[in-house]
Amino acid sequence: MLKLIGYLKPYTVFILVAIALLFVQALTELALPDYMSKIVNVGIQQGGIEDSIPQAISQETFNHVALFMSSQNKEVILEYYELITSDSEHYNDYLEQYPALKREPIYVLVNDEIENNEAIKLTFGKALMAYSGIKSGGAQGNENFSPPSGFTIPEGADPFKMMQVIPESMRLQMLSEMDKMVEVLGESMIMQSSVLAVKEEYQKLGMDTDSLQSRYVLKTGLLMVLMALLSTMATILVAFIASKIAAAVARNLRKDVFTKIENFSNVEFAKFSTASLITRTTNDITQIQLVIVMIIRMVFYAPIMGVGGVIRALEKSVSMSWIIALAVIILLGMIGIVFAIALPKFKKIQKLIDRLNLVTRENLSGLMVVRAFNTQKFEEKRFREANENVTKTDLFVNRVMVSMMPIMMLVMNGIVLLIVWVGAKQIEQSSLQVGDMMAYIQYAMQIIISFLMMTMIFIFIPRASVSANRVHEVLKVEPEITDPENPTLFPKDFKGEVEFKDVCYRFPGAEENILNHISFTAKPGETTAIIGSTGSGKSTLLNMIPRFYDVCQGQILLDGVDIRDVKQHDLRDHIGYVPQKGVLFSGTIESNLKYADNDATVEEIKKAAEIAQATEFIEQKEEKYQTPISQGGINVSGGQKQRLSIARALLKRPEIFLFDDSFSALDFKTDAALRRKLKQETGESTLIIVGQRIATIKNAEQILVLDEGKLVGKGRHEELMRSCQTYQEIARSQLSEEELS
Amino acid sequence: MSQDNHKTDKQPRRHGGPGGGPGIMAGGEKAKNFKATLQKLVKELNQYKALVFMVFIFAALSALLMIVGPKVLGTITTELFEGLMNKIRGTGEGINFDSIKQTILILLGLYITSTLLAYIQGWIMSGVSAKVTYNFRERISLKINKLPLKYFDQTSQGEVLSRVTNDVDTISRTLNQSLTQMITSLTTVIGVIFMMFSISWQMTLVALLILPLSASLIALVVKQSQKYFKKQQDYLGHVNGHVEEMYGGHVVVKAFNGEADSIEKFTGFNDELYDSAWKSQFLSGMMMPIMMFVGNIGYVLISILGGWFAVKRIITVGDIQAFIQYVRQFTQPVAQIANIMNIFQQTAAAAERVFEFLEEDEEIDETTNPVKNVAHNGNVAFKHVRFGYDPEKIIIKDFSCKVNKGHNIAIVGPTGAGKTTMVKLLMRFYDVNSGEILLDGHNIKDYTRYDLRENFGMVLQDTWLYNGTIWDNIKYGRLDATDDEILAAAKAAHVDSFVHMLPDGYNLMLNEETTNVSQGQKQLITIARAILADPKVLILDEATSSVDTRTEVQIQKAMANLMKNRTSFVIAHRLSTIRDADLILVMNEGDIVEQGNHQELLERDGFYAELYKSQFEEDFVETDELI
Repeated sequence: MLKLIGYLKPYTVFILVAIALLFVQALTELALPDYMSKIVNVGIQQGGIEDSIPQAISQETFNHVALFMSSQNKEVILEYYELITSDSEHYNDYLEQYPALKREPIYVLVNDEIENNEAIKLTFGKALMAYSGIKSGGAQGNENFSPPSGFTIPEGADPFKMMQVIPESMRLQMLSEMDKMVEVLGESMIMQSSVLAVKEEYQKLGMDTDSLQSRYVLKTGLLMVLMALLSTMATILVAFIASKIAAAVARNLRKDVFTKIENFSNVEFAKFSTASLITRTTNDITQIQLVIVMIIRMVFYAPIMGVGGVIRALEKSVSMSWIIALAVIILLGMIGIVFAIALPKFKKIQKLIDRLNLVTRENLSGLMVVRAFNTQKFEEKRFREANENVTKTDLFVNRVMVSMMPIMMLVMNGIVLLIVWVGAKQIEQSSLQVGDMMAYIQYAMQIIISFLMMTMIFIFIPRASVSANRVHEVLKVEPEITDPENPTLFPKDFKGEVEFKDVCYRFPGAEENILNHISFTAKPGETTAIIGSTGSGKSTLLNMIPRFYDVCQGQILLDGVDIRDVKQHDLRDHIGYVPQKGVLFSGTIESNLKYADNDATVEEIKKAAEIAQATEFIEQKEEKYQTPISQGGINVSGGQKQRLSIARALLKRPEIFLFDDSFSALDFKTDAALRRKLKQETGESTLIIVGQRIATIKNAEQILVLDEGKLVGKGRHEELMRSCQTYQEIARSQLSEEELS
Repeated sequence: MSQDNHKTDKQPRRHGGPGGGPGIMAGGEKAKNFKATLQKLVKELNQYKALVFMVFIFAALSALLMIVGPKVLGTITTELFEGLMNKIRGTGEGINFDSIKQTILILLGLYITSTLLAYIQGWIMSGVSAKVTYNFRERISLKINKLPLKYFDQTSQGEVLSRVTNDVDTISRTLNQSLTQMITSLTTVIGVIFMMFSISWQMTLVALLILPLSASLIALVVKQSQKYFKKQQDYLGHVNGHVEEMYGGHVVVKAFNGEADSIEKFTGFNDELYDSAWKSQFLSGMMMPIMMFVGNIGYVLISILGGWFAVKRIITVGDIQAFIQYVRQFTQPVAQIANIMNIFQQTAAAAERVFEFLEEDEEIDETTNPVKNVAHNGNVAFKHVRFGYDPEKIIIKDFSCKVNKGHNIAIVGPTGAGKTTMVKLLMRFYDVNSGEILLDGHNIKDYTRYDLRENFGMVLQDTWLYNGTIWDNIKYGRLDATDDEILAAAKAAHVDSFVHMLPDGYNLMLNEETTNVSQGQKQLITIARAILADPKVLILDEATSSVDTRTEVQIQKAMANLMKNRTSFVIAHRLSTIRDADLILVMNEGDIVEQGNHQELLERDGFYAELYKSQFEEDFVETDELI
């Protein structure tokens, strides 16, 4: 996986931007529950009033409130306020805001600094709370504000008036007793209840508290929408960057892999196999692309979100963090158990499905054999076994997996209940607010989800790393066959004489040479045929001439020049190669023939087709040379493919023709006619033919007989029939005595 | 080297791009007749209707219990809130923990019951789905052996295979998940709407108003992204096609110096793929954030409205909380239902293909009154046989000949002349259009297929062996053969002479591609198999072109062994085999143009003579009339 990290390098800046955006996304998303909690806490519970310190308070109320603080503190507080009376400068401005000003003078907060003076705020808050408590509780008081012992308020009396007459020293003593009781409530409770007193005061001042409230909810809601918008924008931008980076990396990888493979020699192709190279260029890279998107959008995001969630949750309540830890542990444990049970079975299922496919495929490909041998029952039994195995294992895995969702839901819901239960206790103790608890539930869910997301890493990364490794394996290959640093050129009057000088070849990793000390010369204007049993190395020998393989020992010379000293491109320019299986590309017959020479004229094409005995079937087709060829040439027969491949090579007009068993799919008649025409038309070219049929090669000027990589015979047919035992064996297996003589 | 998954290449390619993408995105194919297919599928489920009914009830109940959750949870919040307010005001009792505890316990019970119901439901449904899937596969497997070969001329192996695996899998997945998800989602949507109305109809209306907004936004995105998804699929197809082609024809590309062209073409496709790939990826990536944003707007609207109602004392704080949760629960199943509808479409298409296959015409019924106890000698006669794979295109017009037991018939002709057709008719893989074929005096249609084929042994060009041991593969010729018989057959076919050089001898497991024995060895095994079957009539499709000389000699010896005392039909390329035949049928363009023995045919100096001579003519002799 890391081996391909270089492909991400050009996009480092974008990745960093994406990470920055992920932070934005996480922060905004985490802010959302906070806003909701504000709407509930402040907007609904506190009637939209945030201040525990009143913006304005009537002189009368203030004096009553001031009874619950020391005169020293009263002085400090008054410094922040200005008394507005009917004589004041801004009287009219304030009148609109506080209609009660008409009746009485009002203290208006003029210095915001009071917000920063926590001690005074608390003092003021306690006083406000006491005031409102006494006021609503009346003479009876309540459990919190029962007047100090020994001090009874007579029925119907105004408690504030009575307080005013109490001497300072006694009042202070009373206050300190009250403080002790209030402290149990905690700061947040004090602030909450003072907010209620503030609200009542505002009402008394004639302010529109309802509109205050709706304005607050609206304002917070708007902020929330803004946050949501920001979060959405960030998410979309991340998606944009992620999909672009991933697609770009995939594009670059694909291009590099493809270019690399195009430069592979047959050795490297054999090492990987064509099917595997195709998978590596296509599916594997698509996998990597998907995983890159996942990594940027989820894997990077999950920890940011998780950590952010934890911090937020800790802000709301430290004491409940064990619940979140518990939830994460239980869930991860659950997932771990489910996967531990299911994963080995998953692997097994794939094997069983492969088996089912295999049995079906075998039945399908052997339809005639199955019916000929009357073994339908046997096949059905084989299928039934495979089917039963798949079904059984599949059912087991399904039943395990089916439990995942309900259990996860149960755990999540259970966690919510736990938070509610523990939270309720804390609310009772005033260490938590209701809205905070609701926000806490959401943070908990977010943390759990980000942990679940992180477990995805363990599913994605291994899958991606398998693909990445397979792609890397291709990229790291250094092709064995490369151009020389200082290439020479072939002589101008290139003839096409091919000379093998003591050539040996061994496949990489093989124990023995496939070709041993081969020496021969193929002359221009002559046909050199190579014959031998399968595995004798005849095809390998032929494929060494265009440098599909390089010699391990010895030399191959073309007109005296070692083929390793020229560029591959120059070398192959002189060679017309016809593979064993006629390989055609999608397009038309014409485009396939023109593959050899894009500038070929219609006449040239027709001529080549004629020599290759292809004219007859081409003319029979409705669209003649424009007949479409589908991928892999499946719409033409094997023999037709071979003839078109031959025509293609002819169009190149090379000095050297190589036929790798290129006549095998032709019937004898066509084979004979083609070879005769070929001999006439290729003139001074060097023809090297690998063949299986004696009849095909019988008339060659030189026949090379290969046996297990050794050249065991060289000469004409008649000579070899006399001198070469291997050649005789081959001939006998194909022709009758009579024909041989 | 890491494992290569060649196997994936064998799987039939199917729609669904990289990773598939969300169901809605892929668009997906549609069934030709959605309703009829669905009815058939329902009929398949009929025998499990009690179980399915139970599953539906359980799924619905489980979903309902989950829906009640937030509302009940809301009462706790309200209780907390009210208690707190009372405490602050100094009025009332404060928080009532007894009632909270009770509610939590009720909720716990609710959740556990819901989980249990959901699990039981899943458990039952997996079972039903496993049974249905198993039956589908079983029926397809049985069907394969009942279909006429003709069917497989038109249908590729890949297509049939894809029905056994992909299509049945799709059905299975739908039964396993989508079906119950549909029930759950529907129940949830209805339940949630009900619950929301029970809290506040005004807020519910607001919440419902958000739906069309979200739906139209999503429709917009889906429409755009589908365009690019299709493009991406197309270009992916181009890239894959080009890659397959270039790698497949690698040597040709190199031989013709075509690398630069190929890379240039690839780069073009690759760039186009890049363009559509990131766009489709991006657009599908926009779905979630957009849906979440719309959800959040709903959330705010509900909060504002709820706050206002709470002030007016119309609803409680707990209700707001519950309502918000309902809104959240609401959008998910709606999106899910849309998705499931799409999956149903795909499932119907898959099911349709499966049903189509199962409903294909089978081979013509066996004769009701088969001939039995015929003394089998291997006398064969063709009488005025007329046949064409397509009745419009008759390829064998009027063929008659009589073959006596023990005779050796060679069928020759250029490739594509229809040589194997004769064989296929003889074994009743296809039925003649008119005329008749007699085996030991009886029309082959009067035998059961089983009895008829008992008389034949076949060695085909395509050396079909299955993924079992060599021993098992020989035994395949006659499954009830004794070990001694198998060994004897192996010896007669010269299998015994090479088998001991292989790693496990007779117990060597042939691998899936049967590449661990050579082509020639495979051929010998198929001959051994035919020898073991001990048929009266032999059919040999010579296949020695890719076999090396030494094995070839052995195969010929084995073939000679096999042909002793049997009537044999040999499809031949090799003239030496042909010359000794008792009767040579010369075929060209699907018709029998000449028949007779070697000498007779040469004397006639017709097509056969020409074919025969072409092998020996000198290269430099100009014989234009032959070209």
